[in-house]
Amino acid sequence: MSSRVFITGIGIISSIGENLEETLISILNSKTGIAPVKYLNTVHKELPVAEVKFTDRELFDLGNIPYNELLSRSGLMGIIAASEAIRTSGINVKDIPTAFISATTVGGMDVNERYYFDFIENNSKNKFIPTYDCAESTERIAEYFGLDEYLATVSTACSSSVNSIILGARMIKNGFVDRAICGGTECMTKFHLNGFNALSVIDKEPCKPFDDERNGTTLGEGAAFLILESEQNAFLPGKTIYAELAGYSNICEAYHPTATSNLGEGPYIAMEKAIKMAGLSVSDIDYINAHGTGTINNDSSEGLAIERLFGKYIPPFSSTKSFTGHTTSAAGAIEAVLCIIAMQNNLLLPNLNFKTQMNELGIKPIREIIKNVNIKHTLSNSFGFGGNESCLILSKV
Amino acid sequence: MKAYISGIGNISPQNTIEKGYIPDHYLEYKQEFMTSVEPNYKDYIEPLARRRMGKVIRRSIVASSMALKDAGIQLPDAIITGTGHGSIEETESFLISMLHHNESLLNPTPFIQATFNSISTQIAIHLNCISYNSTYVHRGLSFESALMDAVLLLNEGSANNVLVGGADEITKNHYIMTKRTGAWKEELISNKDLLASKTKGSMAGEGAVFFILSNKKLNNTYATLTGTKTFYNVKTSDDMNQHIIELLAKHNLNPSDIDVFLTGINGDFDKDQIYYAIASQLFADKTLAYYKHLCGEYFTSPAFALWLASNMIKRNYISSGVIVKGNKPASLRHILIYNRFNRYEHSLMLISAIE
Amino acid sequence: MEDLIYKLKQEIITELKLEDITPEDIDADSPLFAEGLGLDSIDALELIVLLEKNYGIKIEDPKDGKKIFYSVRTMAEYITAHNVVA
Repeated sequence: MSSRVFITGIGIISSIGENLEETLISILNSKTGIAPVKYLNTVHKELPVAEVKFTDRELFDLGNIPYNELLSRSGLMGIIAASEAIRTSGINVKDIPTAFISATTVGGMDVNERYYFDFIENNSKNKFIPTYDCAESTERIAEYFGLDEYLATVSTACSSSVNSIILGARMIKNGFVDRAICGGTECMTKFHLNGFNALSVIDKEPCKPFDDERNGTTLGEGAAFLILESEQNAFLPGKTIYAELAGYSNICEAYHPTATSNLGEGPYIAMEKAIKMAGLSVSDIDYINAHGTGTINNDSSEGLAIERLFGKYIPPFSSTKSFTGHTTSAAGAIEAVLCIIAMQNNLLLPNLNFKTQMNELGIKPIREIIKNVNIKHTLSNSFGFGGNESCLILSKV
Repeated sequence: MKAYISGIGNISPQNTIEKGYIPDHYLEYKQEFMTSVEPNYKDYIEPLARRRMGKVIRRSIVASSMALKDAGIQLPDAIITGTGHGSIEETESFLISMLHHNESLLNPTPFIQATFNSISTQIAIHLNCISYNSTYVHRGLSFESALMDAVLLLNEGSANNVLVGGADEITKNHYIMTKRTGAWKEELISNKDLLASKTKGSMAGEGAVFFILSNKKLNNTYATLTGTKTFYNVKTSDDMNQHIIELLAKHNLNPSDIDVFLTGINGDFDKDQIYYAIASQLFADKTLAYYKHLCGEYFTSPAFALWLASNMIKRNYISSGVIVKGNKPASLRHILIYNRFNRYEHSLMLISAIE
Repeated sequence: MEDLIYKLKQEIITELKLEDITPEDIDADSPLFAEGLGLDSIDALELIVLLEKNYGIKIEDPKDGKKIFYSVRTMAEYITAHNVVA
């Protein structure tokens, strides 16, 4: 039974790039993926979004995936990201029992909202009916790679893919499997764009995390997967270690269905737990990838929690949601990959669109990219509706 | 590390909210789908809180409260829910409104409830329980995923008592939609006639069943959850036989030690054949039982099966109404639950009498 | 005004799905939020939808809701002053 878990492969697709290389180029050029709506068929053309810059058809070509009209956008992005993770790790997925754990909130809602009235009223779209739920993209991705040892789909709102990573790690530590492919995928849908808009948490301008003038978040889409392995497998010849998953936490704040408590009690507990689990002190954290959605509530409560927890040891921090948008269930995995990119390239990632420090905070995020910084330990936060707060500690090896 | 089933709350189409209910007699349903016998929510949830709770969330909160009371526990150390599609009624409400009003004039409350983790988090808010909290949404393996996480927590020593459950609901629209895939009977049938049916499809149902899984025996402990495993894309009944033998062997058991083989037989004649095949190959002289005539077919129905098996073990008694074939065993020491949800998702749960 | 107040109470009960409560239970001048009825920010968003659906009044900035939705009476007064629906 392994007590340490390592990341041996990573893959990502988002509005700032179709793979790791493109993602790094965007970061180095401070190039955001937020733009006017182009691909989603919504009336809300006034809302900025961070869409993956390909149509569904183009995603098939991008991923060299045989065309299948039943494969949804979430599934496509998931296959592309998982492909890269598997490629970068060099593993043969069939050589040892490998769990596959994905995460999503909207599931197949892109299909559901397109054909719902047909589903109810006639038989013209029956073949799409089995694809509407959350497990569909997980099973299609697993099927594509021949993964059938253990499948699961996590849905804890915006912390979903952090929890899928945590589950994979725990399964390895408890000896259930030696390897797990974990992450999440979420495509834009009218359903959740309108849902967040009805909650009045979408900014009509691109989001400005931790800015005093912020007025909401910007939704995005994407997918990311990480290959987690036990210590004995991770250090086999030919393997690359991208990071160690040194710590994690999951806590429900139990405060309100959508809002975080004013002082960020849940975020505080979650961050503290993860740091403690990693055997670290707050002064050991070199970078925080904040949840930083750009909403009034989150950035205030998260910012206050960071101040309270880190005291005089507040590390550089930023939200990368002004790059990628808020990719909801995929956010945790996408941002974990961004943390790894940061560590590998000695970069502190900037918090785009920041201008004015928040009145209630004495701290401000990283404004410009900072190079040549040795980042040993990163903390990545993902805080979801209902108070599902989860954190990861990723460390350089 | 043993896991004990120490408290249960069950809201289902049967009178499972009555203390001590066992299915010697069960309610007949001759209608499109089976719906839950509802508790008096006023006894459990204050009015202002209820405004933001649809049926799935209410039932889950009540079932959770019942499980905690049953176990004699105030607060669990973790809350984990499995749900196949969460609060469908609220999802439909938001979706239809969005489509009809061209994405305008939308109420946020149904959207909040449509997020799958609202069950687990609303339970946490209701109990004021700040703890580990997760939600699994994997079709016919949603509950088993939650159960597996709960077992992991106990193994890790991260929790002593985990509140874990499965909840799903059926709505008219959802029934209509899924009927088009051949999931339900074309003809109107009674749940009492499902077993004898030779046609395709089953009967839809719903429920919310929550358990306290504990790392030690408590006063009211029902049984031991000896083992649980999920399987994906099992090709033949022989393959499933092998999985069963391996799971049992892992716990120093073999098929002859099983007293009841409790299956997901649901009246879909063709799809049920795998249960009969395995029963005749591994458990020919054992009691073959089923449960979906009581609760209907739905993603998290295995939670209902676990309630049934736990009660059978605790009381050392099996109701005639759940027996498909075989006699009532002299004693109930081990029950193996096997469910197959569509072609791909298979699960086993092994429940044993407390030593 | 009193008719509108009563109607509003009924609509608030329906829209917010308040159970075990009648219009008679809601005092027209008591605060709707925090103390008083105990509504929160999501209820405020629901009341914004109510105002637009039933009275054709659009509130652009949810922050304006604090004053408008202070009590049933302040809601009624706002509607009377801004009503576009006959």
